[in-house]
Amino acid sequence: MTTVNDLLRVTESGLYCERGDFYVDPWRRVPRAVITHAHADHARAGSDRYLCSAAGKLVLRTRIGGGSPIDTLRPGESVSLNGVQVSLHPAGHLLGSSQVRIEHGGVRWVVSGDYKLQDDPTCDRFEHVACDVFVTESTFGLPVYRWQSPERIAAEINDWWRANRDAGRASVLLAYALGKAQRLAAMVDPTIGPIVAHGAVMKLVEAYRASGVRLPSIDRVPAGARRVGDGRALVIAPPSVLGSSWLKLFGESSVAMASGWMMLRGVRRRRGFDRGFSVSDHADFPGLLAAIDASGARRVLVTHGFSDTLARHLRESRGLEASVLPTRFTGEASPDAAAAADDGEPDANGDGDGDRPDADALTTS
Amino acid sequence: MKRFTDLYWRLDATTSTNDKVAALRDYFAAAPPDDAACALAVLSGARQLRSVSTSQLRNWAAEATGLPAWLIEECYAHVGDLAETLALLLPDAAPDAAPGTDLGLAEMMQRTIHDLRATTDDHKREVVADVWRRLAPRERIVWHKLLTGGCRVGVSRTLVARALAEVAGVDPAEMAHRLMGAAAADGPAYVRLLASESTEADSRRPYPFFLAAALDRTTVEHVAEDLGAVGDWQSEWKWDGMRAQLVRRGEAATVWSRGEELVNEAFPEIAEAGGSLPPGTVLDGELLAVSDTTLLPFAMLSKRASRKRVTNKVLADIPCVFVAYDLLEEGGVDLRELPLAERRRRLEALVPVPFTDRLASLPVQPAHLFLSPLVAGGSWAELAALRAEARGRGVEGLMLKRRSSPYGVGRTRGDWWKWKVEPLEIDAVLLYAQAGHGRRAGLHSDYTLGLWDGDQLVTVAKAYSGLADAEIVELDRIVRATTLEKHGPVRICRPTVVLQLAFEGVSLSTRHKSGVAVRFPRIVRWRRDKEPAEAGTLADLRRMIVAT
Ligand SMILES: [Zn+2]
Ligand SMILES: [Zn+2]
Repeated sequence: MTTVNDLLRVTESGLYCERGDFYVDPWRRVPRAVITHAHADHARAGSDRYLCSAAGKLVLRTRIGGGSPIDTLRPGESVSLNGVQVSLHPAGHLLGSSQVRIEHGGVRWVVSGDYKLQDDPTCDRFEHVACDVFVTESTFGLPVYRWQSPERIAAEINDWWRANRDAGRASVLLAYALGKAQRLAAMVDPTIGPIVAHGAVMKLVEAYRASGVRLPSIDRVPAGARRVGDGRALVIAPPSVLGSSWLKLFGESSVAMASGWMMLRGVRRRRGFDRGFSVSDHADFPGLLAAIDASGARRVLVTHGFSDTLARHLRESRGLEASVLPTRFTGEASPDAAAAADDGEPDANGDGDGDRPDADALTTS
Repeated sequence: MKRFTDLYWRLDATTSTNDKVAALRDYFAAAPPDDAACALAVLSGARQLRSVSTSQLRNWAAEATGLPAWLIEECYAHVGDLAETLALLLPDAAPDAAPGTDLGLAEMMQRTIHDLRATTDDHKREVVADVWRRLAPRERIVWHKLLTGGCRVGVSRTLVARALAEVAGVDPAEMAHRLMGAAAADGPAYVRLLASESTEADSRRPYPFFLAAALDRTTVEHVAEDLGAVGDWQSEWKWDGMRAQLVRRGEAATVWSRGEELVNEAFPEIAEAGGSLPPGTVLDGELLAVSDTTLLPFAMLSKRASRKRVTNKVLADIPCVFVAYDLLEEGGVDLRELPLAERRRRLEALVPVPFTDRLASLPVQPAHLFLSPLVAGGSWAELAALRAEARGRGVEGLMLKRRSSPYGVGRTRGDWWKWKVEPLEIDAVLLYAQAGHGRRAGLHSDYTLGLWDGDQLVTVAKAYSGLADAEIVELDRIVRATTLEKHGPVRICRPTVVLQLAFEGVSLSTRHKSGVAVRFPRIVRWRRDKEPAEAGTLADLRRMIVAT
């Protein structure tokens, strides 16, 4: 919980720093929003002024549209907002994702946003930032979630793609349109065959390229096409295409889902995918603990996932002052709903594919 | 172990029967006989002995992972499958342990499962910890399931028979017959199964059961439309008993349950009565528990069936009869290809005394072998009227069998139909939810439902199934969002959801807080149009109790 004396506290509009008069990832329109990253549950359109990392500016602009000014900071660069020092540090979640470090009167807070410790060729690596209070996500905050190395996952995806290609089947890889899709494109071996992407993915591929991220050659699926590819392509698309006629463009195909929730056999089976790749842009359980330990924080506020469980574990195993930060997204994500959207970002939207689960059904606070 | 693990995951990954048969065929074509026999036993759902309790496993996993017990329970509640939960939690296998240490399924089961039954807990723990160090997570899941006696794979007997038939190069129906009973207890028996020599045990085998499917459309108009002329069909009561075959060959008679278990010990009087049949006779029929004047409830029959030895007292308290409805073999000749009408004619000659639900009119002498009587109806409307009386008669409805049909194998649709009485229904409120297992692991799909008693909701039934997968996923989200309290895997929910509950009957019960028990409850529909306040009451349910 937060109290009025805290540097940050939860209000109707989101996590608020009263002294500095700004919000971190507000869910309503506010005068000044500091944004950890451009996923829809963190970045909402309509605020008067935004602050994000320089690397993430184009992507954020793509998501929130024109209009409001976006100020930026380079990694580690600090700015004073009404006397409160604010700096942004790479979170490793996707291009331009940041942890927000806030310091005032000798007290240091870090809001992690979403983060991962694994290597990702499309963004800067997570930086450990020392602090007194660490606000951490907990999307995969159960010890059953332990990721394989990116190399191993890449090899699995390549093998699957190669086998499909040899059988003349297209390989449809479903992944969240922002972040995961670009990361996968950069992970796979482009010599296996052509890579094509859904329009929702392409829009962000372009924003990534314009931001200086190197991605392999990716073809857009032409509008009005009736048949695409010859069964050799890797098709990267958001999960919303599942069950739509769009998938028929590729003829016979194998459909795989790339999401951390694919760790669980029940989720894989129910959703009827041919394959599931457990690859996530969130930290796994050991990753969460490593980040929390390295922060040196005595006080940890847990949000966004298995908050109760992780907070209790931190209290019992480490004697930390750990509790749940009740935000709109405290509610535990249902793996099935979440697998359809981003990992643990059940209402993630912004691709115009209007079949995303309703966020309110998931909030328990 | 790797080969069987691959089979397990190949079967798990597909819903196509052809792919499943291919996976099974590849396995059996490559596996050594000992392993194949072992796999066959697991696949046929043979009772697996559990040598380690799940609480022991949890404790040892807590030691091996350094995680507290509550956290392991939280994980289990989330994953929904203990074997999988533990497999995911345990540290990775030691990399140097992997090569060259893979044991075959039979040896693995012997050394790490069966042998454990006679050892100390300390030794069990050592063996388990050693296996954990050697197996990858995907192997651990399968091994955990074998170890705890819960390894069920979604393949039917028919598919296994098809795969083995391909391996052996014989007809699938022939293989299905060879597979009846305990067909391959060990490697040599498995080799004999694939060769075609017959053995002593073969002579006792029953035939594969022909199973009826439920009619898709049950109104009288639809039945008339779907089934055609009523004269083409033979109708009988659908008994609420235990399906069985009575096989009289060689020296004695044997009684076989539908699960292909020999149940002579549980039903000695039936086996004895079977001895009076001419040698070379096989009857298909139903075991029923009866008292002097009424059919006894199914629960009484189950009590009998579960006994290994039946005392004289149980024999006297729960007398049983065999009601025959088909003749599969006569004079040692397989009659299954003959039309039903002809088999019925011969059956009536062999077993002349019809069983009636008016038990007082049965022969005074204790008899155990009866004929299932035909239900006469000159029209579908007449049959529909008789079906409507079913619940009062203690039967489940009608069976409709095409007079010209041969006796099939498994659940082949088209010739045998169940026309069950319409279920009773009531709208009830979702009160508790629990994560399901198997395909629904991790999803809250087992529901406890309640009805109004004054201004209180009291629980009346636990039910699952019946909803579409998408609805279960949606309900799961509502359950998570409306959770008031968590008790391990069970969540108490704020009452917001109304579900239509169907069931076969209601009876008074002192074991339930509500004072009533419903039989075969299942959820048929999500009443999105109803508020909890509009759900049914306990009084409504009590009114459905049929006086017998
Ligand atoms: Zn995110
Ligand atoms: Zn998020």
